[in-house]
Amino acid sequence: MSELQPDIAIRVRDLVVAFGKHTVLDHLSLDVRRGEILGLVGASGGGKSVLMRTIIGLIPKQSGAVDVMGSQIHGADDRQTQESAARWGILFQQGALFSSLTVRQNIQVPMREHLSMSQELMDEVANAKLEMVGLKATDGDRYPSQLSGGMTKRAALARALALDPAIVFLDEPTSGLDPISAGDFDALIKTLQKTLAFTVFMVTHDLASLHTVCDRIAALADGKIVSIGTMDTLLEATHPWVRAYFHGARSEMLQPRKN
Amino acid sequence: MSVAPKLTTDLIDGRAQMYAAGSWTASQVSALEPAVEAATRTASGARALQLDMSAVDEIDTIGAWLLERMIRHARQAGSEIKTVGISERFAGLIEELRSANLNPPVYEKQNPLLLKLYQIGQSTVSSLQELLIFIDMLGRLGTVLARVILHPRRLRLTSTIYQLHKVGWQAVPIIVLITFLIGAIIAQQGIFHFRKFGADAYVVDMVGILVLREIGVLIVAIMVAGRSGSAYTAELGSMKMREEIDALTTMGLDPLEVLILPRVIALTIALPILTFIGSIAALYGGGLISWLYGDMMPATFIARLHEAVSVTHFEVGLIKAPFMALVIGIVASSEGLRVKGSAESLGRQTTTSVVKSIFLVIVLDGLFAVFFASIGM
Repeated sequence: MSELQPDIAIRVRDLVVAFGKHTVLDHLSLDVRRGEILGLVGASGGGKSVLMRTIIGLIPKQSGAVDVMGSQIHGADDRQTQESAARWGILFQQGALFSSLTVRQNIQVPMREHLSMSQELMDEVANAKLEMVGLKATDGDRYPSQLSGGMTKRAALARALALDPAIVFLDEPTSGLDPISAGDFDALIKTLQKTLAFTVFMVTHDLASLHTVCDRIAALADGKIVSIGTMDTLLEATHPWVRAYFHGARSEMLQPRKN
Repeated sequence: MSVAPKLTTDLIDGRAQMYAAGSWTASQVSALEPAVEAATRTASGARALQLDMSAVDEIDTIGAWLLERMIRHARQAGSEIKTVGISERFAGLIEELRSANLNPPVYEKQNPLLLKLYQIGQSTVSSLQELLIFIDMLGRLGTVLARVILHPRRLRLTSTIYQLHKVGWQAVPIIVLITFLIGAIIAQQGIFHFRKFGADAYVVDMVGILVLREIGVLIVAIMVAGRSGSAYTAELGSMKMREEIDALTTMGLDPLEVLILPRVIALTIALPILTFIGSIAALYGGGLISWLYGDMMPATFIARLHEAVSVTHFEVGLIKAPFMALVIGIVASSEGLRVKGSAESLGRQTTTSVVKSIFLVIVLDGLFAVFFASIGM
């Protein structure tokens, strides 16, 4: 395997993923730079979540290579998988908080599994994380079923950040939130990313999020990355799907008026 | 990349000079936490502290929090503390943690004796509530049943038949197997012990009466409670968790009528049939063992059985079956509807449902024994 450049956090090369005869990702290549916020857009059912789940090793690939922070994800043994798991945090679409644990215990799961630290320190760090994502320390005693949608996302983000990962994967972080909460959540991600300096790989449909937080945007169509770059690059892209996405009726409403 | 963290303290005339180095990160926390605690202890007597952070390569939330905690400890002890050499890169994070944990949640310490008393009181109240829940479900089911009898077209026939297939027909093989074995075991034990008194022949009386009056219906009811009662609770519970029951209600449908009544009716029909099949299987097992182990010809067994048992014994067993089915159905449904959001609650309610219905089935059996004895059946 070629040496990874130091500024690349995730490198995907010629990735093929298929379910039966249905090829979802077709020789896809993608680089995510260290410290950037990359937004991934694509049609519903177009393989965005499949790409994310393949990068983190939840879905097996047919061929190609996936490197995260310089180590191969697929075909790694259990010890390596555990090591990589400590370096990334994942925010699942529905939060995926463990329903039988309190929010604080949820945040402590990765700490308890990967590190050896005192219960007192774990409690304090978990409270600090809760405050960082904009919840109160007392919310830590609640169970996931007692949280609202926005709070669930924040609690899940706190768990994803429990070990100060180098990469954070966000699967539709603002879906199901009202525009104000979604805006707050975007701002939160931006602030935390500045403070903690992690790389963000974000799957999203939210055009406002793409505008405000993403450094670069990658568009996934026909199983490939058809366009990647800043918002301006994508606005000028010629691929029909990308044009339809960024110049559709809904997106025109959000564009800054240019004369 | 990650270097072991260090924190050295020099104590001169009540002034502590601390030097921090290495990676103050999560992966090093097992070394970092004791180092920080040791340094805090060493410097506890100092009037003034100076902390040099310039040799720290990396710092993350855990490291920044430990630093903040050390600063707070020192301030609380009344000493002055100054930090120098914090790299520009980490300043934001350290600043962020300045405000962390300022209002930690406070938990009241409770008197263990009072807590125990409180728990006893709680469980007393909740067992009374459980009785109320049972009666409430019985009443609501009665209302729905009356409504369905008045308007028979409201009965969900397809659903009822489907449930009957699941709890009745599909349960036959396992019920037959278990009751057959139970009948065989009773006969074998009977023959073994009765032989000492030369009373082998009475084994037929024992097997016949025991199986038809008590064991048959009891074993079948317990099996059904474990097999179908738990399934009802889990099905209804997960529907409750996924808001399917709320969806039904908002469409103007009564979950009791749509989901619970067909299940309870199916159970009430299936249990007597299963009891009959189970009792016959047990008698068959008993007869087979009497022949193979007790050298009693099948014809003799049947002739003796004819003398020993009457239709009354058979009736006593069968009359109990629908009532037991009702108890199992009501407990399973009401526990299913009590499931809250978590996966753990689903598991707890399913366990409760099975334990409670088996307990109630046995209690009911005892009450019936008293009743039948007093009416002379």
